[in-house]
Formats: sequence, structure tokens, C-alpha cells
Amino acid sequence: MPLRVGIDLVKAATVREALAEHGDRYLRRVYTEAEIVQCGDDPLRLAARFAAKEAAMKVLRPGADDAVPWAAIEVLRDAHGVPGLTLHGPAAALARSAGLSDFAVSLTHEDEYAAAVVVGT
Amino acid sequence: MPSAAVRDIVKEHGRLAVDVESLSDDDSLYEAGMTSHASVNVMLALEDAFDVEFPDEMLKRSVFESVASISSALAQLDVKAA
Repeated sequence: MPLRVGIDLVKAATVREALAEHGDRYLRRVYTEAEIVQCGDDPLRLAARFAAKEAAMKVLRPGADDAVPWAAIEVLRDAHGVPGLTLHGPAAALARSAGLSDFAVSLTHEDEYAAAVVVGT
Repeated sequence: MPSAAVRDIVKEHGRLAVDVESLSDDDSLYEAGMTSHASVNVMLALEDAFDVEFPDEMLKRSVFESVASISSALAQLDVKAA
């Protein structure tokens, strides 16, 4: 049974830059509708979600020529505030081919940084 | 040739740890310090500058690996030389 872990760190300033220069276009290219509802335009919340997507990429290990849109990895908090990971389309296909069926994610942010860890098994 | 314009965009948005002018067209931008989110910012800026949209099937790490790979991708999107 495989066991993989990924981690990523994102500066809120990079998210702020994208929001300022591209606004809604940035949001819709990277995040799902449900993620946008949960985060609004809060740069730290968005940064944490992006960190989770990249941490998940490190678990999924796409090849250099595997196309995985950022919105194919979705990070949402449940009713209790616990974050969870849902994979769609090409991300789900990568998980299946790697024999990964269960994922856990944890988010954190402070000051100008957000980070996330993803475990897949 | 769009590679000069690509270099300008990478310089402004790529958050590289080194001067983009010190890189060859084939040097890895990721190894030069471009983070994953910086690659998003570069992608969006490229789309604005060249009036294109990278389709989902081009959202691969290899497309944004270097100035050369980005220029090649833009050529595939039928971007005319500036």
C-alpha cells in the first residue's frame, strides 16, 4: 500500500499580486466555485488552498507532460471546519493509477505565509 | 520573436532568485526560483500580454519549465511575433 506526503508554502503577497492584476480571472482558473465561496478574496485563505493543491501535486507526482488543472484538486472545509481533499478528472486518474485512495490535508497560515500538508495512501 | 517578451514577463512575475538575463532559453525556471504560484502569475500575465488562454491540456509543468518551452507553447497557440 503506497504512502505519500506533500507539503507546500505560499506567500500571501503572490496571491495578492494575482488578485490585484487579474481578479476574478485568477480565481476562476485556479479555484473551484465552492472554494471561492469559502475563501472569498482573503489572500491567506486562498494561499492555504493553493498550498494544499501543490502539496497534493507532490503526492500525485504528475509527469512533466501530465496536465492537471489546479481546480482538479479541491480543498473544502466541512461543517466542522475540518479541511478535506477531493480530486476531479486528471487528478483523480493520477490517484487511481498510483493506487492512492485516501487523502488527508491540513492547512495553516500566519502573517504573510500559508502552508499545507497532504498525505495520500 | 516572443522570447524577449516572455523574458520580460518572467522577470516581472516569476519571482526568480536570479536575474532572468543570466538564464539561457532552456534553463529551468523552477530551479531558478520560480514557485508554483509564481508560475500561475506568469501564466496569467502571458495570457494578458499575448491575448491567449492556455487550455487545460497545456497546464503542465513542462510548458512553464523554461523560456523556450513557454515560447514554444505560445507558438502552438498561434501567437504572432510581437
